[in-house]
Amino acid sequence: MKIGVLALQGAFREHKQMLERLGAEAVEVRKPEHLAGLQGLIVPGGESTTIGKLAREYGIDAAVARRVEAGDLAVWGTCAGAIWLAREIPHYPEQPRLGLMDIAVERNAFGRQVASFEEDLEVKGLDKPFHAVFIRAPAITRVGPGVEVLAYHGKDVVLARQGRLLASSFHPELTGDFRLHRLFLDLANNLVTS
Amino acid sequence: MQIGTLRVKTGFAEMFKGGVIMDVTNAQQAEIAEEAGACAVMALERVPADIRAQGGVARMSDPKVIKEIMGAVSIPVMAKVRIGHFVEAQILEALGVDFIDESEVLTPADESFHIDKHAFKVPFVCGATNIGEALRRIGEGAAMIRTKGEAGTGNVVEAVRHARSVLGSIRRIQAMPVEELMTFAKENGAPYELVRWVHENGRLPVVNFAAGGVATPADAALMMQLGMDGVFVGSGIFKSGDPKKRARAIVRAVTHYNDPAILAEVSEDLGEAMVGINLDELHEEEKLAKRGW
Repeated sequence: MKIGVLALQGAFREHKQMLERLGAEAVEVRKPEHLAGLQGLIVPGGESTTIGKLAREYGIDAAVARRVEAGDLAVWGTCAGAIWLAREIPHYPEQPRLGLMDIAVERNAFGRQVASFEEDLEVKGLDKPFHAVFIRAPAITRVGPGVEVLAYHGKDVVLARQGRLLASSFHPELTGDFRLHRLFLDLANNLVTS
Repeated sequence: MQIGTLRVKTGFAEMFKGGVIMDVTNAQQAEIAEEAGACAVMALERVPADIRAQGGVARMSDPKVIKEIMGAVSIPVMAKVRIGHFVEAQILEALGVDFIDESEVLTPADESFHIDKHAFKVPFVCGATNIGEALRRIGEGAAMIRTKGEAGTGNVVEAVRHARSVLGSIRRIQAMPVEELMTFAKENGAPYELVRWVHENGRLPVVNFAAGGVATPADAALMMQLGMDGVFVGSGIFKSGDPKKRARAIVRAVTHYNDPAILAEVSEDLGEAMVGINLDELHEEEKLAKRGW
């Protein structure tokens, strides 16, 4: 199975390593033509304004949107990637993004870096807690009717799924816990039903 | 819930990879940097080229300027403290700055000791010219390393030297038999446990950026192709003829560092680059890279 990692800026190397350890073929995506033959795309953490601008300039967002709307690409956004997926970004309505997931994602919802934290989360479908790392993290502050909430931190949604789109506020690529990457490979393989 | 952990600090640095961190001296420059696609800004009073030209003691910036910059942009804001000046660092942490650069570009406050960076919740980046220096800083708690290069010169040669030195040593450590690691640690003044870590993993335990003399998109892509994780640009942008255009071009060059066609496109018609200084015209005592222990 071939999975892309958007490599415009951010922690794409860690996602690649996680995918390779799970036996998937991982490729770096910097231009629209790199999407050919992919079943899934991970959009990593990084600076969401940087990733959004570069993705728009080189036409990656339009190309990803076409594939998602045709139903042949699963997409997972972590942290900055979750912001990129969101239909709505409160306070930053003009920020370039994919915007295909019916959620609102608030940037830096937990504060600046000195407030960044790690914590065990209960995740729907996982038998044991998931140790989650939140870095200047966003929160999912609204979910549309087609969106399933998979994890909360307090009252805030931090993991959600809409069909084959997955959004997480935290960084599963930093902890060496493969369970969410495995879930994403199942989504990309069309093994998960709603 | 745990805050200020090593994982949260080094993990934040991972998020800068493949990005450009730009020196800015006011809110307006910070907005230009953000608009160009910088992944963070470094707030300081004078860029290194001006520090070099004007002389005098260079210190932490006025908190008022740092706060204005933090208020003007949504991307992370870094700021510099003098080597060893842990009270300047306490002040920056209290302001809520996202990252602190314990920097040789400012005048050192301590000629023997660096800051104990483990004592802070805010992460630190430090400069290094070789592997021993890089691992000593990491041992003190640095969550990110950058080459020192020679700031404010617009001349990339020292950054290349430092990058090749650190990356070359990593390759040597990786190839060494285990029994040679302790002597390597002794000879290079590097903590043994970290030398072992490098031996096992073939890289530094933290993100490693280029800094000090990067002035063009080609310079930035050169540092990326050498194997650095990202780039700091100090004087190179706001001391050039067209900062907006140059900032934008350097961001694209770092993302597409392996694509000569895009590098050619973004390098075109950027106006004047900053006026450079040849390193053999600098006296030894004028070299900022000599600062740090």
